[in-house]
This record gives sequence, C-alpha cells and structure tokens, in this order.
Amino acid sequence: MKYTLEVIAILAVILFAALFMIQNAGKQRTLAPGEEVWSSADDEASKIIESSGYQPWFTPIWTPPSAEIESLLFSIQAAGGALVIGYFFGYYRGRAERP
Amino acid sequence: MHIMEGFLPLYWCIFWSIISFPFVAYGVYLLKRLAGEHRDTLPLLAVSGAFIFVLSSLKLPSVTGSCSHPTGTGLGAILFGPFLTAILGVIVLLYQAVFLAHGGLTTLGANVFSMAIAGPFLGYGIYRGGKAIGLNTFVTIFLAAALTDLFTYVITSLQLALAFPAQMGGIITSFTTFAAIFALTQIPLAIMEGIIIALTFKHIIQARADILLRLNVLTPDQVKKVQESIA
Repeated sequence: MKYTLEVIAILAVILFAALFMIQNAGKQRTLAPGEEVWSSADDEASKIIESSGYQPWFTPIWTPPSAEIESLLFSIQAAGGALVIGYFFGYYRGRAERP
Repeated sequence: MHIMEGFLPLYWCIFWSIISFPFVAYGVYLLKRLAGEHRDTLPLLAVSGAFIFVLSSLKLPSVTGSCSHPTGTGLGAILFGPFLTAILGVIVLLYQAVFLAHGGLTTLGANVFSMAIAGPFLGYGIYRGGKAIGLNTFVTIFLAAALTDLFTYVITSLQLALAFPAQMGGIITSFTTFAAIFALTQIPLAIMEGIIIALTFKHIIQARADILLRLNVLTPDQVKKVQESIA
C-alpha cells in the first residue's frame, strides 16, 4: 500500500485530462464564430453583474499589457512557489538520510 | 473566486474589510508567537504559503466549460489553523491584485474573507472533527482540503448575491446564478486539490512527523498508524 495515494493522484489527473479532451472536442465542433469557451469563471460573473447595469467604480491600478505578460507573471508566481516547496522537501529528505 | 476590481459597491468593500481585519490581525500576532516559540516550523509555513501561490496560479478547465483555479489554502489550514492561513492568503491575493489585475485592492477584503478566512475555517473544523472521531487521516485531509476549496467559492457566490440581489427573486435567485458559475465549476477542481494535498501530507509525515506532533496536528498514535500504512 506504499504508493496508493500516488496511484490515486495519477489516475485522477488522467481522468481530469481525458474529460477535458472529450468535452473540448465536442465544444470545438459546435462552436459559433466569435464564441468563447474555457473563459474564466471570474469574468463570467463580472459579465452578469455588468448586464444588470452596474458600472465598476474602480479600475485596476495596473493591468498586464498583453496575454504574454500576464502568463509571465502567473508563471513567476507558480515557479516561485514550486521553488520553495522543492527546496524544503529536498532539505528534509537530505537531512533524513544524513548518518 | 476573485471578485474583480471595482465590482463590489463601496459599502460592501468596507464591510468585508472590517470583517476580515481582526482575523488577519490575530494571525499576525500568532505568527510572531510562532516565530518566537517554534522557529523550526517556519519552513512548513513557507511551504503552505508556496502551495497557495502554485495552486492559485493554475487556471484549470472544468466540466461547466469555464476555467477556475484551486485555492491551496487547505494545507495551511490543517497545519497551522485558519488565522495563520489568513496571512498567507493576503500575500497571494495582494500579489494577484497588484501585478495581475486579478481580483483587486477594493475587493481585497471580500476576497480575503472567502479564500483566506471562511474556507480555511471550515477546513480546519473538518480536520479537527475527523481527527476527533478517528476517521482515516488521509480521508480527513482529503475532505478538509476539498471542502476548503469548494466553500471559498460558495462564499464568493454569497458575497456577490448579497451585493447584487436579482430583481426577481432577490438574493436567493442571485446566489443560485453565481453558485452555478463558481461552485459548480469548482467541484472537480476541489476533488483534485483534496487528492494533491493528501499526497503532499503523506510526504510531510515521512519527512517531519516530529513537527506535526509539536503543532498538535497528529497524535503519536496516528503517526504510528500512518507510517505503518505507507511502509
């Protein structure tokens, strides 16, 4: 039972990816021109609020100027976090193996 | 779960900021105490914060056809409790509000309440409850982490419903609308997050069971049982 959790995690990732692939294939076939899929739930909620006539009264002080810059900043966020996690797990592992 | 910049009326921004402030302030007090008394637990606190950084940057597609992201706050809630997790959440939400135009400074109080306070509180409660009734450790962690994630989005839906009640049907109709967008999308993501955090926890037990004992996350009996089951 040593790797039960690992196996469950891998199966869950595969299932998750497979579901997305199948669903995406279906969606791409029936997509109307200009229609967007896989947009952010945050934006969808914002759209509903705006459709009620509400005007946001404050705009972000800085917006990433392009999708590339935005993904750069998201990647930095993820990479920084992953670095910290890997560093300390590696440190613990090394400590445990020291005679 | 981010409520976008300017998308809450001013009085709701103030309301949620006032509600969130004492939790974060008490978290700062606890952090000072932790840094004084249990210095060797700080790396694990950093790992918990890093988890929120990584997971909340991953926007994943879901069965509803839109994308959302996990919160990653379950690990911190289980290890350090909801108040310290609140601080970690503030840091991440500030980063995203300032650099990514994701969420916002005016809506920070509301977003902190849903992601860094309400979710972690529920997760912490579930973890403690599961531990008290002797539920399998990994099952408890899975439930705590997954429901921390899901509850965050339920609260976001509620916050928006309170601020924008539907003309027909009021707050309840409005809540159903927002929950259909947020909470429904979140279910598969919450399940994934529960599994990932349970897996991470296994490695923390293998690496530093001593710290988990000291933080009173696990009892010596539980550690023995878990170590036998993964040996």
